[in-house]
Amino acid sequence: MSAVLDKPADERPAAKKPSPWAAPPRPVWEEEPAKAGLAGKGLVLSLACLAILFPLWIVIVTSLQSKKTIDEAGGLVVIPKGITFVAYQELLSGGQVQRAALVSVGVTVVGTLFSMAVSVLCAYGLSRSGSLAHRGILMTLLATMFFGAGLIPTYLLVQGLGMTDTYLALILPSAVSVFNILVLRAFFMGISQELIDSARIDGAGDWRILWKIVMPLSRAVLAVIALFYAVGYWSAWFNASIYLTDQDMMPLQNVMIQLVQKQERPVGLSAQVNTGELSALALQMAVMVLALIPVAVLSPFVQRHFKKGMLTGAVKG
Amino acid sequence: MSHSTVPRSRAEAKTPAEDPAASDGAGHRSRFRPRSRSGSRSGSRSGSRSGSREDKRRGKLSVRIRFKRDRTLILMTLPAVLLILVFNYVPILGNVVAFQDYDPYLSENGFVAIFQSPWIGFEQFERIFADSGFWHAVQNTFVLFFLQLVLFFPIPILLALLINSVVRPRVRALAQAIMYLPHFFSWVLVVTVFMQIFGGAGIIAQTLRQHGYEGFDLMTNPETFKYLVTLEMVWKDAGWGIIVFLAALSSVSNDLYEAAAMDGAGRWRRMWHITLPALRPVIALLLVLRVGDALTVGFEQLLLQRQAVGVAASDVLDTYVWWNGIRNQDFSYAAAAGLIKGFVGLALVLTANKVAHLMGEQGVYKK
Repeated sequence: MSAVLDKPADERPAAKKPSPWAAPPRPVWEEEPAKAGLAGKGLVLSLACLAILFPLWIVIVTSLQSKKTIDEAGGLVVIPKGITFVAYQELLSGGQVQRAALVSVGVTVVGTLFSMAVSVLCAYGLSRSGSLAHRGILMTLLATMFFGAGLIPTYLLVQGLGMTDTYLALILPSAVSVFNILVLRAFFMGISQELIDSARIDGAGDWRILWKIVMPLSRAVLAVIALFYAVGYWSAWFNASIYLTDQDMMPLQNVMIQLVQKQERPVGLSAQVNTGELSALALQMAVMVLALIPVAVLSPFVQRHFKKGMLTGAVKG
Repeated sequence: MSHSTVPRSRAEAKTPAEDPAASDGAGHRSRFRPRSRSGSRSGSRSGSRSGSREDKRRGKLSVRIRFKRDRTLILMTLPAVLLILVFNYVPILGNVVAFQDYDPYLSENGFVAIFQSPWIGFEQFERIFADSGFWHAVQNTFVLFFLQLVLFFPIPILLALLINSVVRPRVRALAQAIMYLPHFFSWVLVVTVFMQIFGGAGIIAQTLRQHGYEGFDLMTNPETFKYLVTLEMVWKDAGWGIIVFLAALSSVSNDLYEAAAMDGAGRWRRMWHITLPALRPVIALLLVLRVGDALTVGFEQLLLQRQAVGVAASDVLDTYVWWNGIRNQDFSYAAAAGLIKGFVGLALVLTANKVAHLMGEQGVYKK
């Protein structure tokens, strides 16, 4: 395979699509890569990937093992013996963890929709150059990136607004990210002005232009920003820990702190946990897998858009 | 009504005959037109009658017409602006509690109580500066910041150079997908994953125990805690950090490499003289951002491990504020500590930018 590809580009048959796993043709001026260099690169890259995947492997595998296998291994399991879903059945048959997972899903979905609506509207409102007051509004937003208000006054305000022990406290204070608005705005400004002008001449207002032209053309960046917001809501635990006092309202991350980090027993589980098939360790690992699955499944789909999403928003005032 | 066809930018309204510069098409799309051309001139002239007439002739519009034209746009920004005003600007004003002896029980509503609390000037600040716990938190903050700068900062650059030299597209995409992944994990998940590796019941301790060694537990060891924290940060975010560098690398023209190769530069010389200079502005920008944010060294991460490792090793400025304010309900004291952090942080951002400008690089904002 490499014998063919190592030939200079002009000697190879043209227009044959190479396999995505293979190296593309090397430019004529570039020296042939040294074998040792290639091996070294491969080794470092594999080690880096292994360092990320190995811990996740242990967690996922252990969550799928029976109590017997876990006891034999003396704790965490590296090489699986059979698969059992008891831990997940137990967690998802009602009780604390299931409720927490539903709370997290709810807050994430509602919060992401709300944040996206607010951010997209604001970004479009600021993206038409020459519009009245857009510079002033932009500066108002940018200034918040330089001086944070601080934890204590924010806490007092949220309390003063009567949002303690409501889910509003998990959504509203962190609903808008100025950085995300800037990314969206930069992307919207890149959309061809002629397109927008022609729509305006055809009688479309700003709402319709945003909905029918700007948003369909920005799917990539919308996906990236939605992922950022969703991950933010899904991962958040601090606001819940200071604004919620009712244990039944806690989202998944906070329950995970109690169950896995502080090694507390979950509330509302059947007696099976203590005596029978199910190991407490497998339960803990299953909680971690529940927290991991949504991000691990979603983020690779959005991956190819990351670069676009990150770079259109270079923070320049 | 809302679909007005009044032009928004000056260049849109202009005919090529009026201004030859507009006909090249580049002018009207540039985001930030120089102030001298549009902004300041219209501002200085809007007062005088003759000026406004002249402006109208040139396609300038009165504020009333512009408002009628742009009211939909302004309406669209309102929800975000309101949220920012309420949750960012109002709390900035709420920082006045730092100069008070704030008592939340003076009123039904804790926020209203701010207006009824007695003023005591800088007393809270004097208390803070006399507290050895505060100086200890400051020390921890700086130690962690320097460790992150030395041990964390170079890793994404090296990884980006590595990934950039991988030419097989599928291998590259796969490696990137794996490296980006931990960035999207919550800190709770990262800390619990690290417990499974380095904790007392983790896989290392478990293996050692099977071979007769006892008592390995990095998660509760205050001595090595600062390295553990940095390692967690590398695991979570080093992969994500390469994205900016990769973008900078992909914008380097291949012609440069070819020309250098023609002149006899080998792989390493090409990297030193072409690749690294291309990364210089990005590195400078990220350094500025990092130094400006030096006092923030992982609040959630440290808070989560506070109990396991103890206060002495894990207390930084942010957790100090949290402990005194939220836990001990000494709001004025904690707000004063937070305010110190805010002002020092602001000074750091401005200084870092100044230094970047002096070195001929772009900072966060332009000069």
